[in-house]
Amino acid sequence: MRKTIAFLAPLLLTAAPAAATVQVVTTLQDFASIASSVGGSRIETFALAKGYQDPHFVDPKPSFVLKLHKADLFVAAGLELEIGYLGPLLDQSRNEKIRPGARGYLDASVGCDILDRPTGTVTRAMGDVHPFGNPHYWVDPENGRIIARAIAARLSQIEPAGRADFEKNLAAFDARLTEKAKEWEAKMAPYAGTKVVSFHNSWPNFAKRFKISIVGFVEPKPGIPPTPAHTLEIINLITAEKVPLILIEPYFDSKTPDFIASKTGAKVVRFYPSVGGLPEIKDYFSLFDYDIDAFVNAMKGVK
Amino acid sequence: MSRRHIWILPGVAAALLSVAASAQETATPTPAPTPTPAPAPEPAPAPAASTSPNSTYFNPAIAVIGNFLAVTGDNPVEDTPSFEMRESEFSFQAVVDPYAKADFFVSLSSDEVELEEGFITFTHLPADLLVKVGKFKAQFGKINLMHLHVLPWVDEPLPVVNLLGSEEGWSDAGVSVSRLFPLPSDTFSELIVQVFRGEVEGLFEAESNSDLAYLAQYRLYRDFGDDHNVELGGTWGQGFNGTAEDAKTSLTNVHLVYRWRPLSGKPHRGFILRSEYYWSDREQLEGDQKATGFFVAGDYRLGQRWFAGARYEFSDHADDAALRDEGGALTLTFWPSEFSQLRGELRQRRYAGGIEATEAFLQLQFSIGAHGAHPF
Repeated sequence: MRKTIAFLAPLLLTAAPAAATVQVVTTLQDFASIASSVGGSRIETFALAKGYQDPHFVDPKPSFVLKLHKADLFVAAGLELEIGYLGPLLDQSRNEKIRPGARGYLDASVGCDILDRPTGTVTRAMGDVHPFGNPHYWVDPENGRIIARAIAARLSQIEPAGRADFEKNLAAFDARLTEKAKEWEAKMAPYAGTKVVSFHNSWPNFAKRFKISIVGFVEPKPGIPPTPAHTLEIINLITAEKVPLILIEPYFDSKTPDFIASKTGAKVVRFYPSVGGLPEIKDYFSLFDYDIDAFVNAMKGVK
Repeated sequence: MSRRHIWILPGVAAALLSVAASAQETATPTPAPTPTPAPAPEPAPAPAASTSPNSTYFNPAIAVIGNFLAVTGDNPVEDTPSFEMRESEFSFQAVVDPYAKADFFVSLSSDEVELEEGFITFTHLPADLLVKVGKFKAQFGKINLMHLHVLPWVDEPLPVVNLLGSEEGWSDAGVSVSRLFPLPSDTFSELIVQVFRGEVEGLFEAESNSDLAYLAQYRLYRDFGDDHNVELGGTWGQGFNGTAEDAKTSLTNVHLVYRWRPLSGKPHRGFILRSEYYWSDREQLEGDQKATGFFVAGDYRLGQRWFAGARYEFSDHADDAALRDEGGALTLTFWPSEFSQLRGELRQRRYAGGIEATEAFLQLQFSIGAHGAHPF
């Protein structure tokens, strides 16, 4: 390997005089993981939000300004998920390459299967609704595939010399995702139609892909913490519909779900929406590995 | 007149430079041996097919924030009405063109309409510069930059009231230039230089157009792990105070902000410590007045919707440093949702001359329209 590199080094130097790695900054670790798969050693990634934190509430830290300042490509979830922190950061970054509309700004939601697009009038009486659709779309591997393609296309524009590599890496990611998706679907197949309750509405894409049915939320409305009256409704719903599981994101307090579980016998399962949510969820593939195993294991005890 | 316009020139020149720079950029594409496929055009969230020639599509993001304040208790020095729609802030924000964005904040209070801020920010400049031109809050310390509705209290702390002229703080028309000077180990460092007209109620008075006010701030910020961060900054500013010919007021400020926000483990916990020290040196006919002011405040997040805070403050009077006011406040804040906020504040102030006032405030804030960025 060493020898090959030593042999190729002069070649590389002449072929790509500007061999600096492409700096990719993403809002979510999921996009950073996908970008790493596609960009390989040609890129360096940094994610603003940690996988275990609520992606709606990220502090616009000045240290992020430094990362964005140097970025060649910036990948955001879009659909107003980052509306609370991104604007000031992009302004402060003094980096015109990554401003919306520029080549280095990628809204990962474009082209993805986006659910819950509100029809009719949207008001905040509905809670913190996202008028352009549900922004938790990356928990569907098919959307991950679309995101990977979009990132590869942008990387090829930003670093044309790396195009062959990006295409090769993309093909490998694509093939692995196809194979893993089959495995995940097979694991979930026995539980098709299972009714679950989740804390926040983070899982419509996951539910659609893996054919489970989300019948209620612990939050009475998006962004509104549980209320006693709504909790009672959920307890009644779980009892009436025989809901076996309550899925809870890592950044919510499990007090109410635990209480509901104690009243109904449903199981509370920590479900991770992002890479980095736990140390073992180190990439986009292990995200689904972990969640699906957690789901399957929890369901095993259910009669 | 002409003197003032001179200060607009760097901003305009910088903007022109940036236009030139970007034009050059597009004219000389990066050497690409193979033409890359045309990027799939990113459809904007499709606007409804507009039949009107006056499309509203490019309208700015608009939001209105209401700030209602009720108070009980008597205060002979600072008289706050029992009920007051203290401020209604209208904000309008949009991108101007590929090189700039604009922000307007219009504040309506019970007796006046005021352009709180209205400025253009050139985001597309060479040499990593960020230039603001217009009327804006001076980058003096940290609190002075914050709009009333994002303060962790219902009121401004004493040093702002006593040393920056009034509760309005230092806000003026001018030009701001800032640049990043990144330091090792991801330490953020920024230098901000601002030049103003020099007309701020209670603080600066420009007798002539050459009586400008200046300010420079250097601030450092560093993360300590994912959960802790510290910002430290120093500001120096100067302007003419109008008490006598060429009489100036010099202001110095040191600010410190420490934040703890655990990203994992305990959701919805956090703590912010804010402190600022002020020195004011005001030249007056009867002799220089060297006044100091200080506040320290801690805010603890108790849960998803609850915050509790405490503040200690003192400040001399800018025009008579022998007079000192002192105070303390306790706050409790509740967020029904991200778009409304209820806050109680119990405040005690002991003014110079032995006048004491204990007041209880109840503030209700509510916002409609575009979702603004959270303050940091």
